[in-house]
Amino acid sequence: MKLHNISINNLRRRKAKMAFLTIGLVVGIATIVTLVTLTKSMSGDIERKMDEFGANILITPQQNGLAMNYGGISLGGVSFDQKEILESDLAAIHTIKNSQNISAVAPKVLGGLQVGEQQILLVGVQFDKELKLKQWWQIFGAAPKAKDEVMLGSEAARVLNLMTGDSLELKGESFKVTGILDETGSQDDSLVFAELAVAQRLLNKEGRINLVEVAALCSGCPIGDMVLQIAEKLPSAKVSAIQQVVEGRLKALDQFRRFSYAMAGVVIFIGSLIVFVTMMGSVNERTTEIGVFRAIGFRKSHIMRIILLEAAIVGVLAGVLGYAAGMGGAKLALPFMAESKQAPLVWDALVAFGSLGLSLTLALLASLYPALHASKMDPTEALRAL
Amino acid sequence: MSLIEVRQVSKSYASGAETVDALRGVDITIDQGEFVTIMGQSGSGKSTLLSILGGLNRPTGGTVQMSGVDIYALPGEKLADFRSQKLGFVFQSFNLISYLTALENVMLPLAICSLKSKEKEAAAREALTRVGLGAKGDRLPNQLSGGEQERVAIARAIVNRPEILFADEPTGNLDSKTSLEMMNLFRGLNDSGQTVVMVTHNPENCDYSDRTIQLRDGLVA
Repeated sequence: MKLHNISINNLRRRKAKMAFLTIGLVVGIATIVTLVTLTKSMSGDIERKMDEFGANILITPQQNGLAMNYGGISLGGVSFDQKEILESDLAAIHTIKNSQNISAVAPKVLGGLQVGEQQILLVGVQFDKELKLKQWWQIFGAAPKAKDEVMLGSEAARVLNLMTGDSLELKGESFKVTGILDETGSQDDSLVFAELAVAQRLLNKEGRINLVEVAALCSGCPIGDMVLQIAEKLPSAKVSAIQQVVEGRLKALDQFRRFSYAMAGVVIFIGSLIVFVTMMGSVNERTTEIGVFRAIGFRKSHIMRIILLEAAIVGVLAGVLGYAAGMGGAKLALPFMAESKQAPLVWDALVAFGSLGLSLTLALLASLYPALHASKMDPTEALRAL
Repeated sequence: MSLIEVRQVSKSYASGAETVDALRGVDITIDQGEFVTIMGQSGSGKSTLLSILGGLNRPTGGTVQMSGVDIYALPGEKLADFRSQKLGFVFQSFNLISYLTALENVMLPLAICSLKSKEKEAAAREALTRVGLGAKGDRLPNQLSGGEQERVAIARAIVNRPEILFADEPTGNLDSKTSLEMMNLFRGLNDSGQTVVMVTHNPENCDYSDRTIQLRDGLVA
């Protein structure tokens, strides 16, 4: 018989009280684990999406002028001393310090061409890189694979009255329309896409580039640093980060995170209150028992150890159960909350050990006053029989 | 040789606006190996005296010496240590711990000793055997009769071989047959050298003791 036998036996033989205490803490810990894991998993999902979809760095030729467009309406512009990017310079992008963060480099050449009575905007792209960058594209048909093939935006196809399999004549050369883009709602709808080299030849811009979209892996990558590194390598180009979308998403996530922590705080407060009230009630219930302990020679510290040990056992049990329940809850909720259905659940050792530590700390803190109260009981008062 | 020396012990309680004098200058001497009963009517101060003798209730005035130690002059938790090493208690309502078996209840005072687990269990089994309950160590208190619970309480009080065994109305909740058995048990313990101090209101119990101290209105009559 040791002091811990008293604590363990009390919990073992008063199952209902122990269950109530444990459930109070389990709910709190499970809520925290669910919210933290959901936030982490959703952050990871969004970061992965940003890695997979879309560019986050834009490289354009340096120009000494002001763009005259707003809200998609172009009013022309005043520019002079127009500079261009040479295709051969693009290799330098892969020599930057953070080159391992570069996921795709998609160069483009742009230019207007006359098709019958229509003026069209031809874009030369490297289709393999472009498709990697724009995974949201839905193509009716297929992307061009040969040099005499083109793809049309939905609006361009409507205006030119062309369908998949039709021919399109550009500067006297015949091209087969292999695919038509589903409406994207962006400027891509009005474009005619051809292989980069073909477009450069048709536009008389061999070896030149108008625009480069770069996708950088976002999970912890320093976009700002990469912009500076690329600008250093391409002094004739203007390098800028497309941060609005990224920041918007992260901001929304940050708000969710803060909301989660506030919610978790409230739940934990309630859980601690349950432990405190139950422990206090338990101490008052056990007045006589504590009186007996004191009468037979238990020190105040012995009484505290018995009560706190009970709290610690409940805390550890609630931590383990709370973590398991929280992860279960997160697994169930993630498909409904994350952007992609297959978003992986983040298993974080810090969350596991953190929930255990938090549960233990809360149980001990909430039981500290009841334990102190018990240890200070006057044995004569406690033993009313005497 | 005197084991307990009580000198001019007084105890006052505040009861609302009034002060109640439960004890008013009590002098008692109890020798080693004595069986002393303390008798008195309700409110005479006998239970208060027992709690003071047992180191549970600090007197308002006077001194209590046991084995030459002024117990209320002991610093900090030394009084608790003193109770643990030198005193044993049998309470009127037995006060067994409901979630511990009879054997575990008897081992309770040993929970804070440095003995090995096997030694603790052996001591508890021996104490249970002494009170005639060796076969029921694994039962919970609610599975025992009133007399058996009392026996467990006595075994718990003697398991650490205390110098003095205090009992507060130990037959108060028992029928006459069981009371007789219990008093014989206390007598037997005393015959084996155990000092016993018992508070009782039953004059028949005094027949088993060596000496009876009568209390009246907080004074030794």
